[in-house]
Amino acid sequence: MTALAAEHITMPVLHRLHPHAHRDEQIAHIAEAARQIRIQDLKLVHYAGAGHIGGDLSAIDILATLYGAVLNVTPETVDDPDRDRFILSKGHVAGALYTTLAAFGFLPVEELATFLKPLSKLNGHPNREYVRGIEANTGPLGHGLPIAVGHAISAKLDVSRRRTYVLVGDGELQEGSNWEALMAASHYELDRLTVIVDRNRLQQGATVRETNDLEPLDQKASAFGFAVLEVNGHDRGDLFDVLSSVPFRPGKPTFVIAHTHKGHPISFMSNNAAWHHKVPSAAELEQALDELTTT
Amino acid sequence: MTDTISRPSSVADRPRYDCRNAYVETLAKLAQEDHRIVGVVNDSVGSSKLDAFKKAFPDRLINVGIAEQDMVGVAAGLANGGRIAFVSAASCFLTGRALEQIKADVAYSNRNVKLCGMSPGMAYGELGPTHHSIEDIAWLRAIDNMIIVVPADPIETAAAMRWAAETEGPAFIRVSRMSVPELYPEDYTFIPGRAITLREGDDITLISNGTVLWRAVAAAEQLAEEAISARVISMPTVKPLDTEAVIKAARETAGIVTAEEATVAGALGGAVAEVVVQNHPTKVKILGVPEFAPTGSAGFLLDRYGMSPDGIAEAARALLG
Repeated sequence: MTALAAEHITMPVLHRLHPHAHRDEQIAHIAEAARQIRIQDLKLVHYAGAGHIGGDLSAIDILATLYGAVLNVTPETVDDPDRDRFILSKGHVAGALYTTLAAFGFLPVEELATFLKPLSKLNGHPNREYVRGIEANTGPLGHGLPIAVGHAISAKLDVSRRRTYVLVGDGELQEGSNWEALMAASHYELDRLTVIVDRNRLQQGATVRETNDLEPLDQKASAFGFAVLEVNGHDRGDLFDVLSSVPFRPGKPTFVIAHTHKGHPISFMSNNAAWHHKVPSAAELEQALDELTTT
Repeated sequence: MTDTISRPSSVADRPRYDCRNAYVETLAKLAQEDHRIVGVVNDSVGSSKLDAFKKAFPDRLINVGIAEQDMVGVAAGLANGGRIAFVSAASCFLTGRALEQIKADVAYSNRNVKLCGMSPGMAYGELGPTHHSIEDIAWLRAIDNMIIVVPADPIETAAAMRWAAETEGPAFIRVSRMSVPELYPEDYTFIPGRAITLREGDDITLISNGTVLWRAVAAAEQLAEEAISARVISMPTVKPLDTEAVIKAARETAGIVTAEEATVAGALGGAVAEVVVQNHPTKVKILGVPEFAPTGSAGFLLDRYGMSPDGIAEAARALLG
């Protein structure tokens, strides 16, 4: 297999639109960013010969919306104490995060060519001291939500309006530490904390339902004291509207169930557990890129 | 003790103190001086003696309830927001239940979190091995980027906390519950990775820390009466270890006895042995806890495992042959 080389790095740096740009422009910008991120991320995984492409593709619209239009953090303000925080709890989709950070200028696009190579800063799970913009070294599941709760408490102590977003996988919610954190979040009335669930309904080798079902997830989150919203996790308009409008209920943290498909929108990957960490062959990569270019 | 009169200044006869009191007084002082400092607990307000802190700084004592994994993750998140989190929880639950959070969220993420292991070792005595924390040092020692401090008295507890508050990065500090005499002068400054020679000696070396250190000093006093000159090295920092002090002791004395309120597998004794075998092999006797302890108070159990002053002196004699 040829390693990822400079010629495979095709993604433009997109930057953000002005915050006051029209909603339609914002959404079109996010959509194009997400398309470019998907193209680049598929190449990353193909040439690295490893990665979690299924979960990457289910999360990319959420990541692109957050970094493209919601979070008040840019490469220039990445050390500002009052920046919004985003914590990727499902750290195994690091490839999607790196690609998104590169798309918005936090990481040189060329550096993506080092993904998973010996001594690369782009490890299989994110490290905040290797890559600017990463807030927590995640990987073991069930860690991001408690960290997010801690940050949201710090913001409250500071009487700051900075927000905290954490993206968790749905299978990940089987870890008990999440539920400890959900209880604390509502107890501390962290209404500037938003938990986004990448609800793709698949875990490593089977459906979440078959493995250890989460339903009724909305009722559980609501019983834990959250304002609960459900969105189509691939509808950038939906995501933009919801994620930029928190808090929804004063005094309550927000729980967004983002319905997604693993592998979206690639026809042969979508909603297929086999693509959790399968690596696309050259032919599969070509077909996937083709689908992303023509649709 | 029957022979108090023959050794009027013996360390064993000094008044004893619960280090938790020094802990809470210092934490309150530090919090007064630095607004970034917060406490994080797992319902352990009373057992950590933090009621007064809670009264003084109601918003700055974060009680997440009985949820240790969340507690350590929350501390890491508070650090992300610029706070200095002093996590205060029974060492057995803090280090056992939340070990992966300590590894990933604190040590690997290099967060400014101070893990304060309350009532460590066998402090909970009769409550048994579920509540003993003899493993904490061994399993934290296996984690990179973690400074491990085992203070021996209230003065060193306070000094270690002051150091921790002033120094960015992860640290674990044991805070003893079992009362111990003061061993250090009031103006003692804690320096991480530095051993302190409490008694000079050329025949044999005793290396210890925490609640056992005064017992090692008392053992050296006994040995002196038999004309055995025992060097006593206080080793408050188990990681990074003062390797120079260990190598020097290996070179200059006939052997080393380590003694601590922790497992014999991989704690201070293990750390010392690793240095000795790789640099200057000599005889080493590791005193510690070799098993899930039977029912008994901490003091009873330390004696049982050969860590009474008599027991430590006996181990030294045995090593000298």
